[in-house]
Amino acid sequence: MSALIKSSLARKMVMALSGLFLVFFLGQHFVINITSVIAPDTFNSWSHFMGHNPLVQFLLQPILIAGVVIHFVMGFTLELQNRAARGVKYVSYKGSANASWVSRNMLISGGVILAFIALHFYDFWLPEITHKYIESHPEDPTRYYAETVHKFEPIWRTVLYIIAFVLLALHLLHGFASSFQTMGINNKYSSAIQTFTKIYAIVIPFGFALIAIYHHLNPITH
Amino acid sequence: MGILDSKVPAGPLAEKWTNHKNNIDLVNPANKRNIDIIVVGTGLAGGSAAATLAELGYNVKTFCYQDSPRRAHSIAAQGGINAAKNYQGDGDSNYRLFYDTVKGGDYRSREANVYRLAEVSANIIDQCVAQGVPFAREYGGLLDNRSFGGVLVSRTFYAKGQTGQQLLLGAYSAMNRQINRGKIKSFTRHEMMDLVKVDGKARGIIARNLVTGEIERHSAHAVVLATGGYGNVFFLSTNAMGSNVMAAWRAHRKGAFFANPCYTQIHPTCIPVSGEHQSKLTLMSESLRNDGRIWVPKRLEDAKAIREGKMTPLQLKEEDRDYYLERRYPAFGNLVPRDVASRAAKERCDAGFGVNKTGEAVYLDFASAIERYGKEKALIAGLNNADKNTITTLGKAVVEAKYGNLFQMYEKIVDENPYETPMMIYPAVHYTMGGLWVDYNLQTTIAGCYAAGEANFSDHGANRLGASALMQGLADGYFVLPYTIGNYLSKDIRTGPIPTDSAEFDEAEKEVRDRLSKLMSGSGLHSVDYYHKKLGKIMWNKCGMSRNAEHLQEAIDEISALRADFWENVKIPGSIEGINQELEKAGRVADFLELGELFAKDALTRNESCGGHFREEYQTPEGEALRDDKNFKFVSAWEYKGAPKDAVLHKEELIYENIELKTRSYK
Amino acid sequence: MKLSLKVWRQKDAKSKGAMVDYSLEGVEGDMSFLEMLDVLNEQLIDNGEEPVVFDHDCREGICGSCSLQINGEPHGPDRLVTTCQLHMRKFNDGDTIVIEPFRAKSFPVLKDLIVDRSAFDRIQQAGGYISVNTSGNTVDANATPIDKHAADEAMDAATCIGCGACVAACKNASAMLFTSAKVSQYALLPQGQVEATQRVQSMVRQMDLEGFGNCTNTGACEIECPKGISLENIARMNREYFSANLKG
Ligand SMILES: Cc1cc2nc3c(=O)[nH]c(=O)nc-3n(C[C@H](O)[C@H](O)[C@H](O)COP(=O)(O)OP(=O)(O)OC[C@H]3O[C@@H](n4cnc5c(N)ncnc54)[C@H](O)[C@@H]3O)c2cc1C
Ligand code: HEM
Ligand code: SF4
Ligand code: FES
Repeated sequence: MSALIKSSLARKMVMALSGLFLVFFLGQHFVINITSVIAPDTFNSWSHFMGHNPLVQFLLQPILIAGVVIHFVMGFTLELQNRAARGVKYVSYKGSANASWVSRNMLISGGVILAFIALHFYDFWLPEITHKYIESHPEDPTRYYAETVHKFEPIWRTVLYIIAFVLLALHLLHGFASSFQTMGINNKYSSAIQTFTKIYAIVIPFGFALIAIYHHLNPITH
Repeated sequence: MGILDSKVPAGPLAEKWTNHKNNIDLVNPANKRNIDIIVVGTGLAGGSAAATLAELGYNVKTFCYQDSPRRAHSIAAQGGINAAKNYQGDGDSNYRLFYDTVKGGDYRSREANVYRLAEVSANIIDQCVAQGVPFAREYGGLLDNRSFGGVLVSRTFYAKGQTGQQLLLGAYSAMNRQINRGKIKSFTRHEMMDLVKVDGKARGIIARNLVTGEIERHSAHAVVLATGGYGNVFFLSTNAMGSNVMAAWRAHRKGAFFANPCYTQIHPTCIPVSGEHQSKLTLMSESLRNDGRIWVPKRLEDAKAIREGKMTPLQLKEEDRDYYLERRYPAFGNLVPRDVASRAAKERCDAGFGVNKTGEAVYLDFASAIERYGKEKALIAGLNNADKNTITTLGKAVVEAKYGNLFQMYEKIVDENPYETPMMIYPAVHYTMGGLWVDYNLQTTIAGCYAAGEANFSDHGANRLGASALMQGLADGYFVLPYTIGNYLSKDIRTGPIPTDSAEFDEAEKEVRDRLSKLMSGSGLHSVDYYHKKLGKIMWNKCGMSRNAEHLQEAIDEISALRADFWENVKIPGSIEGINQELEKAGRVADFLELGELFAKDALTRNESCGGHFREEYQTPEGEALRDDKNFKFVSAWEYKGAPKDAVLHKEELIYENIELKTRSYK
Repeated sequence: MKLSLKVWRQKDAKSKGAMVDYSLEGVEGDMSFLEMLDVLNEQLIDNGEEPVVFDHDCREGICGSCSLQINGEPHGPDRLVTTCQLHMRKFNDGDTIVIEPFRAKSFPVLKDLIVDRSAFDRIQQAGGYISVNTSGNTVDANATPIDKHAADEAMDAATCIGCGACVAACKNASAMLFTSAKVSQYALLPQGQVEATQRVQSMVRQMDLEGFGNCTNTGACEIECPKGISLENIARMNREYFSANLKG
């Protein structure tokens, strides 16, 4: 077992599984968020559920955080090993001749996402935790929509979010399909999987970006 | 019998090997642990021998000059490996394989060895399949076969166009298993520089570590040389750049007789030389002759126009082409044996019909195959009135499926599309039937020194049939040598480890060091390649596809003068320490310069034409080889006596009890 | 044609190397890349300098010895060829060509352009074989029919020449394509099943021990591989590895 944990293939598998878990979370997150554009009331009630259901709060949320942490810690570790594996650098290295930019720069896209996650926590999670557990305000199940829309009033935040979503798309363009290869899935369905993951990688982040733009353009004025 | 005792066991041909195995002494497993064997060379012969010897329990050390055993030159063999399996049910048998090989070799090989080869051939395929060698299969899941030149059955097993690679990787994997068990120690980037004899027996080698330059001593109870062929004496050949005669030649100098050096195979279908800077030649598999038709223009003026680029082959009408093989050999046509096909090409080119700039190329044309296959496919598809374009497209697809990788290789090298315009080919040096003389046990004339694979002279007589070298290498290594060597080693169970600090090792090491310093101290006039190319030109022009006494004598004189010049003036930059590829080449060329002279001398002595050895003085009125069985039915085994000119000839009379000697005819 | 060459020169494994500029005339399109280097070396020898050393042997794309990084790509810009099969007609008069050794911590440079690829041998020794003795009475080769498709796929995997271009091309210097090709060859054949579990575990362990990087599925190896070894082999090895570990 310990041999397994030390092996490069197992680490890769951890990357793939944590990545896939995050992909799944992202989809779920998107479904909730899109309601903030089409049905603010549903958004409020779902957000309330997510924020107060003990299962979500004390089981799924820690798993999610652990997932993110494992994913990026492992990502950085592997990347460090990979850089060391080259030894002396090439004077001339034509990476673009044989691999896409996104596949070669997962750490850059991942790093930006990490920074974004930090901002995102600062924006939503921290106020939420403060609100709920430190200042212990009484619960108002309709506050979520307004809070969310308010966040997108400043243009700088909207722009930062959009940049992050673009990089998220790039990260997923390679990462989503890559995780199937890591899990050993490369067969006659692969081209279908490729297509699906590419669509997902573009549509979901694009959708998030649209939500941000929508709220920026439609501030709550009353 | 003289000093050459072939040790062929008595009894009927088909029982000799079994009887022999039953009667040879064995070494018990516990004693094998105390016996060391050195195997120089990790090609098919050396790799398979090393793996099997280690499996049996001996301690094996292997040596190769490449960075991995897997890169030995056997890796380059394309076409396939023969075995008398008779899977196709076309009447094949051990006897037929034996007969074809002796006939193909123009009746200059030893019956008993060839029969044993045929006998174990089937085991080779079983063994390789068990190892996971991915041979080509039919849809039913059984092994597929193809046919090769000079025979009338389909007995060639293949793995795409990479049979040698797959067989070698099989032997390499068997070696790896023993390396993992600690039974083989593999020394890569090591070159054997000399053989060490103690009390008349081979007891070790001196090797140079090609990375550090260190001179190392290695001892053992027996030494196996499986160091491949010496075709590179011609400079340009289809052999790997590093293929050399050094190991065999060093053994020769220490007392191993060198047999039939002049028997060289010149392969008819190679890509022609393109310019002065060419470093090696590329073979196009013999299988192409199954479908390609060989021709040159009928008229000299057309050939001239083509050479000058004023005309293309496609402009030449059918009746203006000379399909000379079909004309001369109606029975076998384009599938005559290699020596015959090569000579015929040379004859046409010498007569002025060559078709490339240098006049040394003939066409290998697939147009009619494309048309034939295209029509067949069209019929199957129900297209009764298919137009020419459709037929061509269909036909090209068939040809591509069969030879795609070869066509692609041709196009990469020549930059012409062989589907559109005929390929150009010309004969090139490919294989050497000659080598160290060995007895039935594969032992050389030095006790304890064995030779296997292309390095020995054993099975192919004066000409080798396609797909038989791989068979011989693996037969020697997997099935023959590991048993016959036991007979010798059974006397060594109490010897104990051979020390490397003896006077004999001291002296051998000193000789090697002196030789290296002498090489380094040349006046520095010319590079090693300069000499190698010069030697190659002499060999090709005077000892090549056709030879005559006058030229051979000139060759002897010229090579001897070139050798003196070489030792005087060769230029080797760098030092003896560390990697020095010029020094490595120099050591090899130095030995080629001796071998080349012996080669010419051997050819001059053999006043007949047989197989790959064609003497212009000895031919029929139609220009076919004229053998002289009365005077030359023997193996020439040369004993070293200083300069090649002083070498002494010993003859092993060949005895044919099971085959009647005939004139080979492929008409 | 006339070329400017930038070539990595390094005295031995311990020394530090550097790029050195050379200019070369009289190069012809028909020459192979290695023949071009032969011409350079003749010129260097004439000038009393040490020639550039590089690995090579068969010069027909099968032994896997040649191993140069040419203008940032292993085996140069052409596809499905080794350096020895790369022809100078792929370059233009006046070009500058950068020539370096394959770079990986596990492939230390021995001199100039020669690297030590014995790590590959050790991976094979760890389990790249089927344990069968040479006895002369193994079962008949046709005793077990093998599905043609599986046999062909095994053959495709087995064509790897062990050149190391996959490692050289990979931004992570990962040896997954090489290792998986061998694992796949045996995984696809019935003969390979008995030792399958142990084989993949041992070979992967050795691959990691040698210090190769981790695969991030960029696919560079497949593009640069002179034998077109497919990424499917890597997926297959991943599968084999996990099912081996599940079995324990
Ligand atoms: C292009 C080509 C295609 C061919 N195709 C076929 C075919 O289709 N069918 C067929 O049957 N035959 C074919 N042959 C012939 C066949 O490949 C060879 O005859 C055979 O592989 C030789 O095997 P070997 O083991 O004797 O030697 P090799 O494979 O040549 O091995 C020689 C070994 O000796 C080592 N060595 C040499 N000198 C030294 C030294 N001084 N010190 C240390 N080590 C040394 C080398 O490192 C190497 O490991 C072909 C040959 C060529 C050139
Ligand atoms: C927290 C910041 C992140 C960092 C630093 C990061 C970094 C990385 C790195 C270095 C890789 C390895 C490259 C590879 O194997 O191809 C990777 C792979 C991956 N990432 Fe991320 N990532 C982050 C966030 C995310 C997020 C939020 C998701 C999903 C929404 C995600 C999904 C994936 C997937 C699916 C893979 C592919 C795994 C595989 O190849 O098997 N990552 N990431
Ligand atoms: S997988 Fe391809 S690139 Fe890698 S070693 Fe094998 S042949 Fe070379
Ligand atoms: S020299 Fe053999 S593959 Fe290039």
